[in-house]
Amino acid sequence: MSIKGKVWKYGDDVNTDVIFPGKYTYTITDPKEMALHALEDLDSKFAKEVKKEDIVVAGRNFGCGSSREQAATCLKYAGVGAIVAKSFSRIFFRNAINQGLPLVQCKEAAGNISSGELIEINFEKGKLSCKKGVFDFPPLPELVLGILKDGGLIPHTKKILKIEKGE
Amino acid sequence: MGKTFAEKILALKSGKYSVVAGEIVTVSPDIVMSHDNSAAIAKKFKQIGIDKVKHQEKIIIPLDHCVPAATEKYASNHKEIREFVREQKIENFYDINIGVCHQVLPEKGHIIPGTLILGADSHTTTYGAFGAFSTGIGRSEVASIWATDEIWLRVPETIKVNIEGEIPPGIYPKDIILHIIGDLGADGALYKAVEFSGKVIKEMDIGGRMTLCNMAVEMGAKIGYVEPDEKTIQWLAPRTNKKYEIIKSDLSAEFEKIINYDISDLEPQIACPHTVDNVKPVSKVTGTKINQALIGTCTNGRIEDLKIASKILRGKKISSKVRLLVFPASMEVFAQAMELGILQELVKSGAVIMNPGCGPCLGAHEGALAPGEVCLSTANRNFKGRMGCKEAEVYLASPATVAISSLYGEITDVRGDLK
Ligand code: SF4
Repeated sequence: MSIKGKVWKYGDDVNTDVIFPGKYTYTITDPKEMALHALEDLDSKFAKEVKKEDIVVAGRNFGCGSSREQAATCLKYAGVGAIVAKSFSRIFFRNAINQGLPLVQCKEAAGNISSGELIEINFEKGKLSCKKGVFDFPPLPELVLGILKDGGLIPHTKKILKIEKGE
Repeated sequence: MGKTFAEKILALKSGKYSVVAGEIVTVSPDIVMSHDNSAAIAKKFKQIGIDKVKHQEKIIIPLDHCVPAATEKYASNHKEIREFVREQKIENFYDINIGVCHQVLPEKGHIIPGTLILGADSHTTTYGAFGAFSTGIGRSEVASIWATDEIWLRVPETIKVNIEGEIPPGIYPKDIILHIIGDLGADGALYKAVEFSGKVIKEMDIGGRMTLCNMAVEMGAKIGYVEPDEKTIQWLAPRTNKKYEIIKSDLSAEFEKIINYDISDLEPQIACPHTVDNVKPVSKVTGTKINQALIGTCTNGRIEDLKIASKILRGKKISSKVRLLVFPASMEVFAQAMELGILQELVKSGAVIMNPGCGPCLGAHEGALAPGEVCLSTANRNFKGRMGCKEAEVYLASPATVAISSLYGEITDVRGDLK
């Protein structure tokens, strides 16, 4: 698993209300429509201009706030290939994995990447290459990686139940 | 070496003899809560391809986030949930006349010490006030638990927060937790279990402990926890006859950090726009004009909070420049406040009494803000756009600060009133 994409860089504590405003949480149910509002209250250009496999890079505590999974879903359906941050908020971390959206937690890399540059991430090897060099990051725990590889938690659960039933 | 509460309970719930912080375990929760998001969760559940939830008795669904429905869309959402509840024979369903999930679950006797509770809501940390291990998860995870009765969790390290001293006049649990969040930062307890202890916690009532644990997530905590004591037992006694075991950290447990606070000199605190950790003493922002004041939500909509507000507002009129909205956190609180004459007094002061529920806390309905407006709220979040408008500002403070400020139409230090 590896991807290459253009960077959208943001700061610390990017919260779920600016990623996907609370006022839409019960009115927008189609993931494609969610994507049109991704990062709406932080960067109005983002949803219009983001390309498939672009990479979001941020500071500390990305995704803090609400448990709303749409914050991960809207980014996934907007085409975001991965998110790199110094750290992630706990529930957002889980939601992203459960939506099949890969995350890289790497302080050094996140601090050294600039907006607009092209970066490449290899998830198996735990390597991130950017202008300033190659950075190592610890790979995700096996169980978590398994969910990601199955495309998210729902397909993963489906697979497990089938195996249990012997299908 | 002893074990922390988090290590002990996650060992128990994963069927292991012992676990250590950092380990990933597969657990089976005692309760899974979801609210208005249950229709979306039901859709995900159906995608898994099975018909019946595994343990309908573990599922609790209160409707609270947009009640009564504001639009056709919200109404259809509620309708889908009611249909799903009937189809799956889920008994613990609470319709729109009950209140906010985090108030309702304890009131209805669902929360007991030593249990593992997961909820599709970040403020599920509230139930740590009763000695439960309780945290928020996402929608896919709830759907998956409905299907399998299992989920993975990482055993968190524990930070102990010791709060000592004498609570000064005009200071409430909300001021204490705002001060701690301001001090530690929005990620100050990221992924950690936060155990509140010390003299102040021992003396604090259950409502105050709930406020603390509710907001623990605002510094990134996985859970908040208060060791159950006689007060907990007494609070639970009329509400449940379930047997429970109190699980505590060992005296020799290994805490990642112990942080000590003495709050004897604490001033009233306020979280300024647009982050919860942007905390200042109220005295630094007094005079800031407000358009709306909000008392309610799962943080501060309890009877204790309404009592504090009504004491300040009794016999006085709020400023003509302010709209004061009061949302009792639950129907039980509403009824109690009615019996005590609190609602009547608040109405006389100019407050609008709303139905129990989340109200405008997440910007969905009932008191959204316009561009340029300022709201002073007892809620737990003030992010940009939180109350429906990204060009509005939200400040967070105690019910006392909100009540006194609504009298003057500007942010006011409640201690002036006490002199
Ligand atoms: S009152 Fe606010 S914070 Fe509490 S559950 Fe409702 S929306 Fe969430």
